Parts: sequence; structure tokens; C-alpha cells
Amino acid sequence: MNIVYVIEDSLTGLMTGGVYALIAVGIVFVFRATKVFNFAHGTVMMIGAYFYYTITVVLGDLGLGTWAIYVLGVPLTLLVSALFGAAIERIVMRPMLGQNPFAMIMVTIGLISVLEGSAAVIWSTNAKFPPALVGLNIDFVAGMAINRQMLASFLIAGIVFAAITVLFLKSKAGVAIRATASDQSTAYAMGINVPRVFSVTWMVAAGTGALAGVLLAPLNSLTPGLGQVGLSVIAVVILGGLDSVIGVLLAAFIVGWLEAMANHFLGGDFKEVVPYAVVLLIILIRPYGLLGTRDVERV
Amino acid sequence: MARRNRGPRLFRRPQSGVLAIVTTASAPLLRAEGIELSFGGVAALKSVSLDVQPGGITALIGPNGAGKTSLFNVISGFHKADAGRLIFDGTDFTNLATHKRAALGMARTFQNISLFPGMTVLDNIKLGAHTHLKTGVLAAGLFWGPARREETELRAQIEREIIDFLEIDHIRKTPVSMLPYGLQKRVELGRALAMRPKLLLLDEPVAGMNREETEDMARFILDLQEEWGVTVLLVEHDMSMVMDISDHVVVLNFGEKIAEGPPQEMQENPAVIEAYLGAAQDAA
Amino acid sequence: MLIGDYKATYAADEAIFRSWPVRYGFAAMVAGLVLLPFAANSFIVFLATQVAIYTVAITGLNILTGYTGLISLGHGALVGVGAYATAILANWLGVPFWVVIPMAVAVTAGVGLMFGLPSLRIRGLYLTIATLAASFIIVFVIEHWGSVTNGDSGITLAPASVFGIDLVSDPQKYALIVPIAVLAVLFAQNLFRTRIGRAFIAIRDSDYSAEIIGVGLTRYKLLAFGLGSAYAGLAGSLWAYNFLALLPTQFELQLSIIFLAALVVGGSARTLGPVFGAVFVILIPEMLKWVFGFLTPFNPTIVEYTAPANTIAYGLLIIVFMIFEPMGLAAIWTRIWRYINLWPFSP
Repeated sequence: MNIVYVIEDSLTGLMTGGVYALIAVGIVFVFRATKVFNFAHGTVMMIGAYFYYTITVVLGDLGLGTWAIYVLGVPLTLLVSALFGAAIERIVMRPMLGQNPFAMIMVTIGLISVLEGSAAVIWSTNAKFPPALVGLNIDFVAGMAINRQMLASFLIAGIVFAAITVLFLKSKAGVAIRATASDQSTAYAMGINVPRVFSVTWMVAAGTGALAGVLLAPLNSLTPGLGQVGLSVIAVVILGGLDSVIGVLLAAFIVGWLEAMANHFLGGDFKEVVPYAVVLLIILIRPYGLLGTRDVERV
Repeated sequence: MARRNRGPRLFRRPQSGVLAIVTTASAPLLRAEGIELSFGGVAALKSVSLDVQPGGITALIGPNGAGKTSLFNVISGFHKADAGRLIFDGTDFTNLATHKRAALGMARTFQNISLFPGMTVLDNIKLGAHTHLKTGVLAAGLFWGPARREETELRAQIEREIIDFLEIDHIRKTPVSMLPYGLQKRVELGRALAMRPKLLLLDEPVAGMNREETEDMARFILDLQEEWGVTVLLVEHDMSMVMDISDHVVVLNFGEKIAEGPPQEMQENPAVIEAYLGAAQDAA
Repeated sequence: MLIGDYKATYAADEAIFRSWPVRYGFAAMVAGLVLLPFAANSFIVFLATQVAIYTVAITGLNILTGYTGLISLGHGALVGVGAYATAILANWLGVPFWVVIPMAVAVTAGVGLMFGLPSLRIRGLYLTIATLAASFIIVFVIEHWGSVTNGDSGITLAPASVFGIDLVSDPQKYALIVPIAVLAVLFAQNLFRTRIGRAFIAIRDSDYSAEIIGVGLTRYKLLAFGLGSAYAGLAGSLWAYNFLALLPTQFELQLSIIFLAALVVGGSARTLGPVFGAVFVILIPEMLKWVFGFLTPFNPTIVEYTAPANTIAYGLLIIVFMIFEPMGLAAIWTRIWRYINLWPFSP
């Protein structure tokens, strides 16, 4: 066992963790505002990645240079994804407003199938390779290979995560969201436009999800199966505690690192099952997560 | 609504019925000693002690937030007391699991009704008898012999002793979610009765009811106590009802017991008047 | 029109088949099931057998999710445990099917109980997530425990045999599987006429009042998990004897979602719900195949879309029924009966 490789893999794991945090924040955001746990968040992210792929193909066809990906591609992807999120909320979730959690959970499970199947029909199941934001070059730092796209992803994810968190805590919209989260009817009575709050949260969640998709898809390849990442990110959300943003960030690093270690010591297949083993352990030992409050388990 | 004029009685129930429980012990049926409960540093109950004498109707009163429901929750196991002891019929049940308290002979109803909305009235009441039934999984699935006999007997008994008594025979197959509030309260009482309790804990049995419904409920409670020998402990805000039907009144204020005694005495007790008036002034 | 309710005993009032149309309806259904293999071609018989297997699995999910309110995303994986346990035990021990099936059921119930343990501390959402994790872990173990399960290449087993006759043709397998399924559904129906079933529903509707009434949550939640998993195990066993070859990928999350879709579409917490649901989800791929068959002349590549179209259909069904008819087809069925009962008067 070479310690350099372990450190190298650890770094990769932590960087993946950054992207996990970005995905997780979408689940936490929607859950806090609307009390809906979105099992389909990963598939929403996957659709966002396909939007990015399509937009870059169109930009390429128009003969625009790589600059267009940054100036037009990414913003357009985020915009289209946010609208897509709003559409899901309006068409599927809004009619369920006020229903019991059982119905809500079932609907998001149904969404997984609809979105995954739709992606396969529209874009086929053949792997796509959208362009990476930063070249996929590998730098060597102190004898360790560092993937540039990964490092960039980590930084971007970190910045967006921080921005969203600050927004949630400080801005007027953030206050409205938190008010809605703690008591819907009171929020209504205080003049907060609750349906709009729901709309906005879904837009933000779909947007951040799409960004995560843009960062993740070029690293491997883009297939409808990318949405599965969202299911393993559930581990991050649970480990962090559903109501703690800092907990989620911490958990994202832990899960990312554990995956990398499983990959290193046990082989690639074991990496897939790590998040689920973590979930089961956490639920047995500390269901409210690392930093969550206890009453969350009474969902 | 005095005891004398509570309306004509339709039929007399035999004292020897299955649900009739003869209590001869002179010790209190329920005793709570020095119960302490706090939520995150806020004391809800401060060393509250309480004796419920067998066969009587004891009322627990006090202004809003006095700790009445908290005490109920401690007794039925919903909250765990920080300190103190609970004794029922000579058995210490302070640390007994919530679901095992039913088997001791305690039943309760809730302030905001807590029936099983997806089930019919009949099924809700049948559920009350859960701990008295024995059918296991295999017998239940095959539904031969003992399981079928037990179910049929249960049905007959519930019809005879509860549905009849509470005058709810017209709604026995209606899902409870479709019933009006007053009837739901009655069904909840029926479910508690099916548990064949020695002690019935009623949390605001007539809250939100109109005059007629209140009188019906008061009549049911009195009948229960007289004919079935069930001991009743109730929390209620309707003072005229408390004064009319209870034998003993315990007054709580700010988590402390400030007085107890017969209803008339409590009406004249300066500490009680002060507690209620003080509360009224604070609210004004 | 059926006037009045002339029940003279409580036993008659508590019966499953409360009126003559229901009694004759059930008798006619049984007669239809007996005659089907003689009247229909082998493909129809094959589909009917599959409906029976799905019905058993979904009835188990109904006990857990429909009646007890514990949403499971691991039911498909548990069916996989039952199927693999059947194949492995049959291959190792070489014992007849009527020994293997109960053993496989017991193994699956054990595995289900293990994953049900978190349910003692948590509820709702967290439990669903735990079952999701269970689903992935189970399929992972089946794929990677090659020495026992034969890994990705799948596993085969010898057909069930009765009096030296191997059950290999579709009508033969139908004759084995459908009666077991009918009995399994009746068993579940009976459960919900007694204290056991009522306790499950009580936990779903309001777990704290269930506790006050004396229903031990630990015991009954575990019981629900055990029963639900046992049904999954039985379904898996029948699945194994029907297909005689298994692949780990058949039991992935998609299957669990199909079961949930069937439950929602058929009607949860209703005896007939799983039956309607099973018919529906088995027929969907066939109907889509049929539709795509018409479209192929216009666009030959359309056949590639069959699989994703199925996936979309299952998801859409869940969403559409949750929004418009959360009680499922069983509720519509009840309304039709009420209409017939009151005909010619309006209900």
C-alpha cells in the first residue's frame, strides 16, 4: 500500500464530496420549505445535465467557440433547468399540496421513473460526453495526480453552496422560505405567497442540481443512469441531518471520502454500496443525523 | 344537569356484565407521587401528587397551561416524568412501556380526538379490545375455529354493551372521518370502554360541544361510573359540568397543585378563585 | 337491486362474501381460473401466472405499505431474496418444491426482519430511505456473492415436480402457482378481519393512540415486516419455479417501483387492490408492445423505445392515480358495485 495513492484518492473523495454537497443542498432546500423529500432530485439533476449537453451541441452547430459554453451554455442550462423545476412543482407537486407525506413520497418516486424513461426516449441510453468546463487535464502536485475538472467542480460547488446558504439565512426570500417551513398556514396568514415560495425552492433546487450535473457528467459519461447518484446523495442528507446545512457539508465530505476509500481498498464495485451502508448505520444509531435536531425523526 | 334529572333511562344494564368491574379496595386506584416534568428547562409539573379514589369521578381543573394534559400524558406514558412515582391498583408502573399500561386497566381519550380515521366506528371500537383478544397470526389468516369464534363473540359483546349504551347503532359501519365532532367524541369513549378499563382518563370530554351534546356526554359518564363501576379522572373546562358530576376536584396552576376537595369547597376556595381570576386578568 | 340487509347473526354480518352477487362473483372467478388453461393459449396462461406471482408480492407490500403505512422501496429486492433462496436451496439440497418454498419464505422473512429493525426507532420517510438502502445492498450482495449466487451470470434451477412430472409447460406451472396465490390473498384478507390486521391499520392511522390502546409498536411493526417479507419470499419462490432462471438485475429498484405503482393503481389497503394492480402492470408492457407493433411500419426504430416507455408508464400511473384517484381501481370497483346494488335507482 502506497500512502501517496491513499492521499491522492482521499483528495479525490473530498472533491467528489463537494459536488455531493451541491446535490444534497437541493434536497434539503425543498424538504425544508415544502416538507417534501424529493427522491427524484437525482433524476432532475440528470435531466439538467442533458439540457447542458443539448445546449452545447446546439452552440457547437451554430459555430460558436468554447467561450459560448461559459457565456451562454451554463447560464442557459441553469435557466432552463430552473424553469423545468418550476414546471414539475406546478404540474405534479402543487395538486398534492396538503396531502399526507405518503402521497408526496409516492409522487416523487413516480417522478424517478417518468424522468428516467423520458431521458432514455429523448436522448437514448447511449452515453453522451458533454464538454468539461475545465479541461480534463491532470496535474501532478507533489507526486499526486489531481484532476483539474474535479478541482474546479469542488471550488464551484463550494462557492454555490456557500452562496445558497447565505441566501437562505439572510435574504428576504430566505426568511419567507423558513417561515413557510415552520408553519404553512401562519405563513399564508402573514401574507407570504406560499405557492410562490414552493416554486422558487424547486427552481433553486433544479438549478443547483443542474449545475452539479454539468460538473459530474463530463467526469464519467452522461446516461439516464446518472440520476442514481441522487439516491446515494440521500445518504449525505440523512447523515448530515435533514435540517442542518453545515451537517450536510460535513456529511458530503465524509461520504465522498468513504467512497474513495472503499474504491481504493475494496475495489470499484464496493464504492456504489458505501452510501447505503452508511445510511443504514446512521438510521440505526443516530436517525436525526450528525447535527440535526432530534424531532426530525418524527417526520 | 344535576344527577337527579339526567333523563329517562332506556334500559338497566345487569351489574354482572362482562364490563362491570367491582372494586372493593379502599386504597386509591391511581396514585401519582411527586411528579416532575419539564420541557427544555421549563417546568410543566412541579412535584404534583394525586390520588384517585376507586368508583368516584375525580376532576382535574386549572387555567390554560396549568399542566393538566401534561399530567395525563405522564400517566398514560406519552411523556416520561423526570421524577416521581405512579401506582395503579397497588402496582408501580412508573417505568412501564406505554402499550403495556392498557393491560393494567387504564384507558384514555384525547382532547383533540385521536381515532383511526380510515376505519369504521365498529373497527375503532374493536381495536379497544385489542389486549383482551388472543388470535395469533396463523389462526387469523386461516380464520377457522378460535379466531372466528373470538371475532363473533367480540362483535356481539360490543353491540350489546357499547354500541347500544352510547346509542351509536346507526353509524356502526360509517368511517369515523365522516362523522361530526360530537359523535366522534362518543366513538372515542366507546373505544376506551372496549378496553374494559378500571380507570377512564377523559381529556376534555365535552370541549367544543353544544349544550345538548354536553348533557348527553355527562349522562354517559355518570352511567358509566354508577352502573359499570368505572373510576373516572377527567380534565374539563366546563365548570358547570365539573361541579355537577364530580365527587372530588383537584386544581392545578402553573404546574402545581394548589387545592383539592369536594366541588362546592373548591368553588369557594380563595386560592382557586385567585388562580382563575388571575389567569383571566392576564388574558384580558 | 338489493334491498335491505337481512343479517340475523353477527357472524353473517362479518362474513367476507356478504351478499349473493359477491358470493357468486367469487365462485365465477374461481371457475374462470380453473377453466382458463383449457380455453386460452399458452401465452395468456403465462401472463395469468405472472399476474398471480405479482399479486402475491403486491399483497405483501399491501400489508406493509397499504395497511401499516410503512413505505418500502426494497420489496422487489426481497422478492429477489426469495427467488435466489429457492434456486440455491433447491440446487444444494435437491429437495422437492414443497420443502423448498417454506424454507425460502422463512429466509426472506428473516432478511426482511433484519432490514425492518430500523423501523423500531424511526418512521415515515426515514424508513423508506432505509428500505431503499436495503434494496441496493441486497442486489449488491446477490451480484457479488458469486460462490453462492453465481453473480452476474445468473442462476438456474430444476423445475418443480409433482408425482414425477416436471412442471415445465405454462399450464402446468399455472396449476401450481395460481392456487397458491389465491390462498395467499385469502389469508391476507382474513388477517384484516382480526385484531392483527386492525393493529396494523391503527399504527398507520395514529401510532400513539395505537400504543395507548395497548398495541405494541415494536412487535406489530416487526410483524408487518415479517409478513410482508414472507409474501415477497413466496412470490420469489413462485417466480423461480416459473422462470427457472434468474438474473440479479431483475430485482433492482425498478421492480420495487413497479410494485408500488401496482399498489397505488390497484388501491392500497384493499384486498382486491393488489389483484387489480398486478393485472394492470403486467398488461402495460403487452399493450405498449401492441401499440408499438402498429407504429413499427412507420418508424422501424420505435421498438427501441419499448423499455423506456414502460418505465414512463409506471411512473405516470403512480403520479396520475395519486393526484386523481388515490384509492385506486378498487375504489372505482366499489363504486360500480354500489351502482349495481342500487340499480335502477341512482346511488
